Amino acid sequence: MKAVVTVMPKPAILDPAGVATGRAMEHLGLKGVRSVRIGKSIEIEVDGADENQLHEIAHDLLSNPVVEDYKLTILS
Amino acid sequence: MATYAMRYAVIQFPGSNCDTDCQAALASFPGVEAEIVWHKETSLAEYDAIVLPGGFSYGDYLRCGSIARFSPIMTAVRHAASTGVLVLGICNGFQILCEAGLLPGTLMRNRGLLFRCEHRHLRVESSESPFTSALEQGDVLDLPIAHGEGSYFADKEVLKALNQNNQVLLRYCDADGTVSDEANPNGSLENIAGICSHGRNVFGLMPHPERVCDPMLGGIDGRAIFQSMIDGAFAMQAQLPR
Repeated sequence: MKAVVTVMPKPAILDPAGVATGRAMEHLGLKGVRSVRIGKSIEIEVDGADENQLHEIAHDLLSNPVVEDYKLTILS
Repeated sequence: MATYAMRYAVIQFPGSNCDTDCQAALASFPGVEAEIVWHKETSLAEYDAIVLPGGFSYGDYLRCGSIARFSPIMTAVRHAASTGVLVLGICNGFQILCEAGLLPGTLMRNRGLLFRCEHRHLRVESSESPFTSALEQGDVLDLPIAHGEGSYFADKEVLKALNQNNQVLLRYCDADGTVSDEANPNGSLENIAGICSHGRNVFGLMPHPERVCDPMLGGIDGRAIFQSMIDGAFAMQAQLPR
């Protein structure tokens, strides 16, 4: 099985790295930057796992539910 | 009253780097033994108190403390905490305790993104804990900090509960004890630098008390925290049947 877990800071959480990166984009001439949010993308290849197990891993290990949301996408 | 030798476990994760500092600071107190315990161990039954030291466990991969939280020793830490054993988490140790759910909230990237390595003033918010009993509410400590991810965050309900139950033990402040935004080095909510559990036997803080336990190292303000723990652990021992 191939899967991708995308982890993003929750909308209400300030992401200082995103803000700094947004400012750099403006510095490079990109106009009208409204928001930049930085998360993680974790690619997984695993034999014999089921989707529920991957949800558990994404919730307990790959993300911190206090400040982050995750999205699990099964690729194959 | 007889006093017993007290045994501390200082947990060593791959990437811990304040473990021997903690051990040396603790060993400077009379009647205290401190042993380094590797994170693959599974029992802490023979120890009276536990320290999770600072450092960069697992290289801070994924999130600070997120992998250490699943180390075999953490089952024993969790069990000890549930039976009232004192557990102190310093810096990365605080991050691990939050990831493990032994303390509420989490520690995020510093506001301003800088790794802050400097001395800071901390106001003692409550002396009603086994970690601050040797201090008075309102005392101002001078402790070093050294972290990139120390911005304390918790949702509104958790924050409210922490305040209501007097679980915030330390806040960043000015030299005169005023808690202000200027005195906040990392963007922590309400200048929170250290919190204890609802049961008050688990304490996490970002500053490093173990680095200021010897006048030769520039200060002794850290000693009161360890002294409080030692007093508390001796008091608990005195109650146990021998």
